[in-house]
Amino acid sequence: MYNFTFHRPTTVRQAAGLLAKNPDAKLLAGGHSLIPVMKQRLAQPSALIDLAKVEGLHGVELKGRSVVVGAMTTHSDVANSPIMQQALPGLAAVPAAIGDPQVRHMGTIGGSIANNDPNADYPAACLGLGATIITNKRKIAADDFFTGMFSTALEDGEIITKVSFPIAKKAAYEKFKHPASGFALVGVFVSKRGPEIRVAVTGAGANGVFRVKSFEEALKRRFAAKSLEGMTIPATGMNSDIHASAEYRAHLVGVLARRAVAKATA
Amino acid sequence: MSATGIGAPVRRKEDLRFITGKGQYTDDVVRPGETRAVFVRSPHARARIKSIDVSAAMSMPGVIAVLTGAELANDKIGNLICGWMIHSKDGSPMKMAPHPALATGTVNHVGDAVAVVVAETKGQARDAADQVKVDYEPLPAVADPAKAQEHGAQQIHEVAPNNTIYQWHLGDAKATDAAFASAKHVTRLDIVNNRLVPNAIEPRAALAEYDAGADHLTLWNTSQNPHVARLVIAAFVGMAPEHKLRVIAPDVGGGFGSKIFIYPEEVICLWAARKVGRPVKWTAERSESFLTDAHGRDHVTHAELALDGEGKILALRVKTIANLGAYMSTFSSSIPTYLYGTLLSGQYNIPQIYCEVDAVYTNTVPVDAYRGAGRPEATFVVERLVEVAAREMGIDPPELRKRNFIKSFPHQTPVIMNYDAGDYQASLRKAMELADVKGFGRRKREAARHGKLRGIGYSTYIEACGIAPSQAVGSLGAGVGLWESAEVRVNPTGTVEVLTGSHAHGQGHETTFAQLVSERLGIPFENVSIVHGDTDKVQFGMGTYGSRSGAVGMSAIVKALDKIEAKAKKVAAHMMEAAENDIEFKDGKFTVAGTDKSAAWGDVALNAYIAHKFSGQELEPGLKETSFYDPTNFTFPAGCHICEVEVDADTGNTEIVNWTAVDDFGTVINPMIVEGQVHGGIAQGVGQALLEGAVYDKDGQLVSGSFMDYSMPRAHNLPSFTIGLTETKSPSNPLGIKGCGEAGAIAAPAAVINAITDAIGSEQVLMPATASTVWAALERANVARQAAE
Repeated sequence: MYNFTFHRPTTVRQAAGLLAKNPDAKLLAGGHSLIPVMKQRLAQPSALIDLAKVEGLHGVELKGRSVVVGAMTTHSDVANSPIMQQALPGLAAVPAAIGDPQVRHMGTIGGSIANNDPNADYPAACLGLGATIITNKRKIAADDFFTGMFSTALEDGEIITKVSFPIAKKAAYEKFKHPASGFALVGVFVSKRGPEIRVAVTGAGANGVFRVKSFEEALKRRFAAKSLEGMTIPATGMNSDIHASAEYRAHLVGVLARRAVAKATA
Repeated sequence: MSATGIGAPVRRKEDLRFITGKGQYTDDVVRPGETRAVFVRSPHARARIKSIDVSAAMSMPGVIAVLTGAELANDKIGNLICGWMIHSKDGSPMKMAPHPALATGTVNHVGDAVAVVVAETKGQARDAADQVKVDYEPLPAVADPAKAQEHGAQQIHEVAPNNTIYQWHLGDAKATDAAFASAKHVTRLDIVNNRLVPNAIEPRAALAEYDAGADHLTLWNTSQNPHVARLVIAAFVGMAPEHKLRVIAPDVGGGFGSKIFIYPEEVICLWAARKVGRPVKWTAERSESFLTDAHGRDHVTHAELALDGEGKILALRVKTIANLGAYMSTFSSSIPTYLYGTLLSGQYNIPQIYCEVDAVYTNTVPVDAYRGAGRPEATFVVERLVEVAAREMGIDPPELRKRNFIKSFPHQTPVIMNYDAGDYQASLRKAMELADVKGFGRRKREAARHGKLRGIGYSTYIEACGIAPSQAVGSLGAGVGLWESAEVRVNPTGTVEVLTGSHAHGQGHETTFAQLVSERLGIPFENVSIVHGDTDKVQFGMGTYGSRSGAVGMSAIVKALDKIEAKAKKVAAHMMEAAENDIEFKDGKFTVAGTDKSAAWGDVALNAYIAHKFSGQELEPGLKETSFYDPTNFTFPAGCHICEVEVDADTGNTEIVNWTAVDDFGTVINPMIVEGQVHGGIAQGVGQALLEGAVYDKDGQLVSGSFMDYSMPRAHNLPSFTIGLTETKSPSNPLGIKGCGEAGAIAAPAAVINAITDAIGSEQVLMPATASTVWAALERANVARQAAE
């Protein structure tokens, strides 16, 4: 690890000010992806701005027909939130499946989606529920937020403060864990909210999280696993590596989508 | 059986310090004025070093020295060596290429060390290492062992044409061919034994200190055999004479073979410590462990089994290419030869065996012994062949095994080994009972109702442990003898210290060795300490690997205890004014036959030292004895593991649902520790079968170079094991011990793959059998089935 300056602001405004003054700075929001990379000397931020003590970024609350999660809420707190478990159990299951207990007690939702790791779980949940990402500057629809592998619509100096999830009557996540890293080799989040059906896939795509329109169309006719019977997606555009071929990932998208729908309708 | 004697499940003495964080590992040792070393390593699999510019690094804060291979050569520090000579079938000696501790001229694998930075702190050393400018001319590399010998492959070392280190063989080719010609059935398999990264919890480390006043070097290192390290570093590397070099391997956090070998870093720390006049410490980072610890396995094999019409095995023919990596590691040559070819008879009466092994250089990390070392590879070949042959011939796999089991002992195999004792039917029978094989059909149908493909796989393995009779291994090329030493020191108060040449790095010797002494001398377990791992305390020893510490290390202690008892009886005879022949020793008490006279152990020990009751001309004072034990044969642990899996037909994911292991380890000293060894061994074997694989791309970059990509077995990958024992004592050592350290890792891979292939009805499953791999095999089988219909 190279040397860096450590800042611990207590308000979003202070954090934004520090970010403006330190163009090479990185926000620290749990750090379970950032710190390992720094330890390997693959990242060299001049400063870290730790959001852990910033007020108003923690907690899960019910607001109208949405569940709003503070950006610095840990995976463990989301998974164990009674509000979340009641309103959106399918979403509570997502952070419960992330990493190990250490990661779940340090990692945060804001950190996860800002990083947009192509194998991370939360991007599928955000896209699969049509969440809104709220920053210190604006509100961004999930459909516009995830712009590619490790890339988001966030601008310089922009800090995620909250993520708002509309409550869907039916929602579920199915994850096939990468055997080594525990990330999603493939993860599929499905939801049905009124007429709106979403199927979002993480882990599989070479360009990060994506929706499967053909599956969504099929599910619009009837939201049941059977509607997806025999359906698959093309292997082109899927990741291929030593752990899984593109064909296998494409195949898993179909399998997991069916299982997620079955779980959501159980 | 006493509560702490042989056979008692005594809790491990060493665990108090280990689980309370009080262990003293190499990195915990801190010497005054200590400096830190960081290595500059090649990012290329193969490259010519055009120049190295250390000037920028030298000017960095805290930097004390930046040293390169040129200076190492100037100081006439010798190369690392491989200590086991193998001859090719044409009689020529193996082609050992120079292995300098710091590369000069060319680098030959990613991670090859080219320079070392010594600085006040680790951070400073690392910063400076970034500033060492090495100008490389990248050269084409070869990483795939199957391609290393191809015409046109890159020539890695001048001494080894076609990258071939040796072309070894064992057995009678002609007789084997003749047996194949007469066979009714031949089973053929192409097998890849996947390459593994050892991944001990404690990374390798070295701390070297030079005492200029005494011209003496001390090395603390993570070694399974500190005396062998001292011998090699003194006699071959030429760092210092043996009596001027002390090697201490303190607590060591796992080895699995990877810490047997002598590595560049410990040599460099010693050299640098003398050069800079201050202690130099290096501790590997995990990514360095991936890139520099000797890997294991990595065989490509074609194997054939010939049988008659009744499933009786007639002959076995094996051709293997073994990848030894970029340089020959300390014992690498022996692993795919005398620890592999000699075990190809398995538990079976096989009249003819012919085995050819080509060992090759590639631009990868050196490959050497890893838990099981050669024997897992042999077991995998034999047990896959037998299983597939049974399926092809429509014979129940355990039945085909039974028809071919060796049933009388001693048994001379066609591949050197002489099995001394065993009962293979007993372990198979017991395992089948414990595994409820009869109920498998019902379980399979039940699984099918849930969309799961259930399969059962057997592995009736054998291994050769208790390594090894010195003359025998000498005749096979070993550069050393493989006996073990022990010294038993009885203190005046009767407490006992045992100095052993064995080395514990997780095995629990401090407990099991003390159990032996407690039982034999009838003294409390707490009154015994085991001392090991320091060349200044223990005179010499051969260390711990190959499941040898019980069979060989403890046998040496038995021999020394025999001498202790004999001497103590003399002392007791004088104390009780009786004839020496009338003295009896039992349960810690000396008695005179036919009288009620007795002397307690502690009194005898005290009298041995105060020496008032006998004259020094008749009997030397003191009670201390030394012994060297050379085994008369290998030992042959064997058993039967049965694995049941359920494969998710949709995803290809394999879940191990049942595991039954019945092992014959001969005498068991501590059943709890033995169970732990079996558990750990199975976990490692399951890791190889389902999860682990060191993958190099064609350019020689290690793709699976971190825990994010290299998948270690976790608790959720394993079921609760059903474990049983059978016992035939080894006649080859006084305790009847066979050894248990590697059995699980040897037995498990074949059991898992036999179960998966049974479940999916296709034999084409490579290790690691990841979900992706199994799904692809299912797809291929579906396509083939559809084509057939």
